[in-house]
Amino acid sequence: MEFFKIRKDIPFMRHALVFNIISLITFLLAVYFLATNGLHYSIEFTGGTVIEVAYDHPAEIQKVRGALEKAGYTDTSVQNFGSSRDVLIRMPLKEGQSSADLSKKVLDTLTAEDKSVQLRRVEFVGPQVGRELAENGAMALLVVVVGIMAYLALRFEWRFSVAAIIANLHDVIIILGCFALFQWEFSLPVLAAVLAVLGYSVNESVVIADRVRENFRKMRKAPVTQIIDNAITSTISRTIITHGSTQVMVLSMLLFGGAALHNFALALTIGIMFGIYSSVLVMAPIVKWLGVSREQFVRPPKKDKQEAVV
Amino acid sequence: MNRYPIWTYVIIACAIVLGLTYTLPNFFGESPAVQVSSVKATVKVDSGLLERVEEALKTAKIVSQGTFIDPNSVKVRFADTDTQLKAKDILSQSLNPDRENPSYVVALNLLSSSPNWLTAIHALPMYLGLDLRGGVHFMLQVDMKAALTKRLENLSGDIRTQLRDKNLRHSGIRREGNVIQIKFRDADTRASARKLLADNQPDLEFADQDLASDEFRLTGTIKPEAVKRTQESALKQNITTLQNRINELGVSEPVIQQQGADRVVVQLPGVQDTAKAKEILGRTATLEIRMVDEENSNPTTLLAAQQGQVPFGDELYNVRDGSPLLVKKQVVLTGDRLTDAQPGFDNQTHEPTVNMTLDGPGARIFKDVTRDNVGKRMAILLIEKGKGEVVTAPVIRSEIGGGRVQISGRMSTTEATDTALLLRAGSLAAPMEIIEERTIGPSLGADNIRKGFHSTLWGFVAIAVFMSMYYVVFGVISVLALSSNLLLLVAILSLLQATLTLPGIAAVALTLGMAIDANVLINERIREEMRNGATPQAAIHAGYERAFGTILDSNVTTMIAGLALLIFGSGPIRGFAVVHVLGILTSLFSSVVISRAVVNLTYGSRRRLEKLAIGNTSWK
Repeated sequence: MEFFKIRKDIPFMRHALVFNIISLITFLLAVYFLATNGLHYSIEFTGGTVIEVAYDHPAEIQKVRGALEKAGYTDTSVQNFGSSRDVLIRMPLKEGQSSADLSKKVLDTLTAEDKSVQLRRVEFVGPQVGRELAENGAMALLVVVVGIMAYLALRFEWRFSVAAIIANLHDVIIILGCFALFQWEFSLPVLAAVLAVLGYSVNESVVIADRVRENFRKMRKAPVTQIIDNAITSTISRTIITHGSTQVMVLSMLLFGGAALHNFALALTIGIMFGIYSSVLVMAPIVKWLGVSREQFVRPPKKDKQEAVV
Repeated sequence: MNRYPIWTYVIIACAIVLGLTYTLPNFFGESPAVQVSSVKATVKVDSGLLERVEEALKTAKIVSQGTFIDPNSVKVRFADTDTQLKAKDILSQSLNPDRENPSYVVALNLLSSSPNWLTAIHALPMYLGLDLRGGVHFMLQVDMKAALTKRLENLSGDIRTQLRDKNLRHSGIRREGNVIQIKFRDADTRASARKLLADNQPDLEFADQDLASDEFRLTGTIKPEAVKRTQESALKQNITTLQNRINELGVSEPVIQQQGADRVVVQLPGVQDTAKAKEILGRTATLEIRMVDEENSNPTTLLAAQQGQVPFGDELYNVRDGSPLLVKKQVVLTGDRLTDAQPGFDNQTHEPTVNMTLDGPGARIFKDVTRDNVGKRMAILLIEKGKGEVVTAPVIRSEIGGGRVQISGRMSTTEATDTALLLRAGSLAAPMEIIEERTIGPSLGADNIRKGFHSTLWGFVAIAVFMSMYYVVFGVISVLALSSNLLLLVAILSLLQATLTLPGIAAVALTLGMAIDANVLINERIREEMRNGATPQAAIHAGYERAFGTILDSNVTTMIAGLALLIFGSGPIRGFAVVHVLGILTSLFSSVVISRAVVNLTYGSRRRLEKLAIGNTSWK
C-alpha cells in the first residue's frame, strides 16, 4: 500500500506568499480572540472550588441551580459534565469561606433536594496557588522555546531555529486562539498538551531541515527553491503518516477518554493539525526569506594548514 | 551488513525479560487486605504482633491468604471483601481491647495479588495516583511568619530572664518585626548586657543603637541561618504532628511530604470523609506539665481510682505503657512554654536522655516548682480532644534553672527519640492553611482508569492495523517495537513506583502515538533507498543509518519540552511529564534498537534478498 506516489517535486515555494498571508490572517484572528474573549481559565489558575456530583438519573440542571441559589450560593456555574447524569458546580473564591464546609454544605443542600446525588470529586484551589501555576507555566513555555531554539541553532543553523520557533509558536497561538474563541476551559493538562505539541511539531521542522541540509550537499546545482521543494516533497509521506498515527491516538483519547481528557485531546488535535501546516508552509518560506544558502551547510574545501614555525 | 553482534541481542533479550518481569505484577490485580500499624511511637510493629494477628484470626476461624510484615505494618491478605471486613472487626477488637485508647490502626487496604517471588524482587504494580484510586489530597501552607514571631517572642523572654539573673537593669524589651529592641539607661549596662547576650544568644546579632542622648538601645537581629533553622524545624514539627494525627484516621498508605520551603502535601488514598480529615489535620493538641500526687499514690488508692474513686484535686491518667497514675489537677506549665525537645545523652552517665528547652517565663516557673519538689515525680501529659495521656513521669533530682530540662533514666535510645518526638509533636509549630484540596470519589477513579486504558488500547490497535497494512512486514516489526516500548515504559513506571495519574495515562497514549514517528521515518527511508536502486540489504542499512540523525534530533526537541514540564510543572502536569520523558527514552531504544534487531534477525542472514516486504517500491 502506498498513498503518495509523487514523481515530481510539488512547487510549495511558488505559493509561499499566499500561504504566509493565510497564516498571518489566522494568527491575527487568534490574537484577536485571545485579546477580546480571553482564555477561560480553570480554577487551577483562578482559584475557587469545583464540585462534581453524579445522579442515578439525568440531572435537572435548573433544579440544582435553584437549590443552590436558595441556599445562598449565587455566584455559581452549574453545568453537565461528560454525561447528562454528571453535574459540575463551579464556585469562585470567597473571603472567609473555607473549602471544608463549602463542599459539605453544597452536598447537603443537594442531598436535601435529591437523595440519589453522589459526590464524585471536589477540587479547591487557594489564590496563592493559581498565580504560581501561571508563572510556572509561562516559565516552562519560555524554557521550551529557548531550549529548542538553542538546540536547532547548534544542530543546524540559526535561520532554521528562528523559522521553526516562529512556525511553532504560531501553532501555540492558534491553539490558544481556538480555546479563547470557543471558551473551552484552559486547565493544567491543556497547558501540558500545548507544550507537548510545541516539542512535537518541532519534529516536523527538524525532519524538513534535515532534508534541506542533505539536499544542499547532494543537489549541487539546484536553486534554493527547488531544494526546499524537494525536501518537503520527499518527506510529505512520512509527515502525513506520522501525524495521522499520532492523531489516531489522540482521537482515541477524544472518543474514549471521557470528559477529564477532552480538552487535553482537543488541544493536541488542533496542535497536530496546525503542526503539519505550519512546518511545511510557514517554516520553509521563512527559512528561505531569512536567506538560507548552500554555503551555510557545505563547508568550503579546507585550505592547506600552515604549520607554525617557531 | 545487517547483523548485530551477539551481545546486542543479549542486551535486548535482557531488557525484554526484565520488562516482562516488572510489568507482570500489573496483571494480577489486587486482593482485599487488612493492614495493622501502630498508632503510638512506643508500640512497635514486630513479629510478636504478627503472631498475635495470626492467633486472633485462627481463633475466629478466618482463613487468610497470607500474612506479611514490613517495617511499619502487618498486612493480611484475604480472598474476598466479606472476609476482609469480618477480619478487620475481629482484629481491631482483639488488638485494641480498650476502644478509647487504641494502640493499633486496623485499616482496609488493597494488596497486589502478584506471587511472592515478584514482590521479593520489588516487582510491584504501578503506583496509582489519587485521581485513579480515589482519595483526598491536601496542600497545606505553613505560616512561616507566625513561626518566626513565636521564636522571637521566646527569645525576648529568654533575654529578659538572663538580664534579670545577672541584675542588669533595662527599661523595656520590645519585638519589632524581626528585631528585638532592649532599652537601657546607661552605656555601661548596655555594654555588659551586650557581652552577656552575645555569649548566650547565638541566634541573634547584637548592635548598639543610640537614638536620643538619654536612651541607649541594644538591638538583636535574628541571623539569617537562624531564620532558616526556625522555619525548617517548624515545618518538620508540623509534618511530624500531621503524621501522628493521620495515624489515627486509619489510612492504609498516607503520603505526607514537604513541598518547597513552606508547604506540606497530604494524600490520603481511599478517604472520602474530607470533613473529618480536615478536622483532624487542623486540631491542636496541648502539652501539660503537672505534679504527680505522691501522697495519695499507693496500690490501694490507684485501684480505687480506677474504679471511679479519684482523690479530691487529682485526675487519673494512664502512662503510655498502660499503668495508671494519679496526677494533680493543677497545671504547672503548658506546651506553649516548651520551645524544643531533642533526644540526647547524659554527659556523665552516658544514658539516653530527652532534653527539653523552655522559654523564659517557663524556665522561671519550672525553677520554682523543681526547687520545692525535689524527689517527687512530675508528669508530662499530652492532651488531645479532651483525652490525656502521660508521656513520661520523671523524678525531680534537683532544682532546675535556665530552662534546660533533662529527662533521664531507664530509657533506651529509641524511647528517648520517641518521647522527644511526642513532646515536640504535640502541637503545630505554626498555623497551617489548606491552599489546595482535591477529593476524588472511588467510582470516578475506576472510571478514569477504564477510560484511560480504553483510549490507549483503541489508539494502539488502530495504529497497529494501519502500520501492518501499509508497511507489511516492516509494519509488523514497527508494531512489535511499539509494543516493546509500551512494555518497557510500564516496567520502568512499575520499577520506579512513579505515581501514575490520568494525565500520565494520556502521556502513555501520546508517547506511543509519537514514538511511531521513528519507525515511519525509517520505513519511508528504506522505501526511498529501494526506489533509488539500492539493494534490499543496503536499503535497510542506509534507511536505519540515515533516519537515525533525524530521529535523534526530533526526540531531543520533544525531550526539551518534556523536561521543562517536569521542572516547572506541578500536580497533573508533573504526572504527565514523568511518563512523557520516560516514554521518549524507551521509544528511542525500542524503535531504533529493537526494531533493527528484529529486522536483522529476519533479513540479515539472507544472502540473496531480492525484495523487501515493505510495500510497493517499484514505481519511479
